[in-house]
Amino acid sequence: MTMIRHELKMNRISFIVWTCSISFLLIICIFLFPEMKGEMDSVSDLFASMGSFTEAFGMDKVNFGTLSGFYAVECGNIMGLGGAFFAAMLAVSALSKEEKEHTAEFLLTHPKSRFSIITEKLIAVMIQILLLNMIAWALGIASIAIIGEEIPMKEITLMHGAYLFLQLELAGICFGLSAFLRKGSIGIGLGVAIILYFCNIIANISDSASFLNKITPFGYADGAQIVSEGSLDILLIALGLIYGVVGIIIGYIKYIKKDIQ
Amino acid sequence: MNAIEIRGLTKYYGKSRGIIDLNMTVLEGEFFGFIGPNGAGKSTTIRTLLGLIHSTEGSAKIFGMDIVKNKNEILAETGYLPSEALFYHGMRVKDVIRFSAELRHKNCRKEADRLCERFNLDPSKKIEELSFGNRKKVAIVCALQHRPKLCILDEPTGGLDPLMQREFFSVLKERHKDGATIFLSSHVLSEIQHNCSRAAIIREGKIIACDKVEALSQTNAKRVHIRGDIDISSLDHVKDIKTADHDISFLYGGDINQLIGLLSKFPVEDLSVSEPDLEEIFMHYYMEGGEAK
Repeated sequence: MTMIRHELKMNRISFIVWTCSISFLLIICIFLFPEMKGEMDSVSDLFASMGSFTEAFGMDKVNFGTLSGFYAVECGNIMGLGGAFFAAMLAVSALSKEEKEHTAEFLLTHPKSRFSIITEKLIAVMIQILLLNMIAWALGIASIAIIGEEIPMKEITLMHGAYLFLQLELAGICFGLSAFLRKGSIGIGLGVAIILYFCNIIANISDSASFLNKITPFGYADGAQIVSEGSLDILLIALGLIYGVVGIIIGYIKYIKKDIQ
Repeated sequence: MNAIEIRGLTKYYGKSRGIIDLNMTVLEGEFFGFIGPNGAGKSTTIRTLLGLIHSTEGSAKIFGMDIVKNKNEILAETGYLPSEALFYHGMRVKDVIRFSAELRHKNCRKEADRLCERFNLDPSKKIEELSFGNRKKVAIVCALQHRPKLCILDEPTGGLDPLMQREFFSVLKERHKDGATIFLSSHVLSEIQHNCSRAAIIREGKIIACDKVEALSQTNAKRVHIRGDIDISSLDHVKDIKTADHDISFLYGGDINQLIGLLSKFPVEDLSVSEPDLEEIFMHYYMEGGEAK
């Protein structure tokens, strides 16, 4: 528990900034919906006629005139990308920051096994991701209630569930990477998130690249697809979580054996 | 019982040498010095003992416990003071000290307060506001607040002013008196000479001498100071020659009769022959490049 408390305390400012930023953008988007709803027929036609760009962002699958369609594309990008960046940055620096900031020598000369340090750091990462998602979900629902729209609870909860899985998978992979890194970890974490995001865009544009959806977590966290199908792709999520777990296991193996500089 | 027992400990960083076939024993309750210049392998030895790095070959035990299998039990009994003390930014001194105690599952508040007072350390200060010396004081409190059975100190006085150095060694002597084993790694030889009963000298990753401090100081070599116009070029076994005006000083390891015979041929104004101090012995070992005598 000591390490979990310490990690949460050390990350509190970053957590507050990211949660406030993502929630603020989410709320702004939702508050814009009533104003834009009347113009959505023409906007939907416009978005539907943008060729590959339309497919890339899944805008061919939803109706912008509905709140769930609007939420899937606009709020989905904020939650998907913003949440992914937060999860990647948090996880990739979890272990590496101790060596980068030269605190590893202090921490690892206390009678606490590396296994339990890794575990508590991992739990702290998961707690922050869960909290951010719960806050964003609750504020999203509350904002829809405030603007007086009917709450598409199932779709929104499914979408937020997918974003949560996306972040957990990405966090698992980046946590594994963190065990190998000493410097420049945040750049690498963001790089991984961006590459996986573009993998999904490429997979949406080209059929021959559709296999990329089995690699990137953005494949199963595509809001437009979730709304149009009304369900999550459990197979892709399970595959994604396996990637995350493998990343975490590799992280444990590496960090327990690692020579600390 | 041995506090530290090192058998054939070897560490290579890739192809680079860390320590090679290190053998050394520190008895429980000993004040032991570990001497060597930068890069000799002092920190590598300590970091291996503490489990920060893994040995390539060999083994070591602390209080009879294996450094790999029983790492946590060993660390619970050990206080480590690193040469460079770095902590988490944004934390206050008292938070760092409390965090260290919590990681040990101990309430060390009273001892921590006592140590902070002795070292004039303000616990309310933020870590980033502290000078190098004050950060060192935080590290000292973290290393000693749980009253460890073994204190491993790596270049402990760097950054401390002379008054604080004196206070630090006074605390260490109290702990030593109470039964703690002190393992002091330093390249400040006077620290070893004034405080340690035994010491080991490490050079290029190997122990080249390990004995009582007095025994290490008693080599064949003598420090000879002469005032007068003397030519010692015909003398063998002379090292570390220092000249100033009419004064000449050198380490002499040869036959003393040969020295007396030579001096009788010159007008000597003054002469003194003394035991070299540990610093000179250290240089002697290093220049000799061989095993201890």
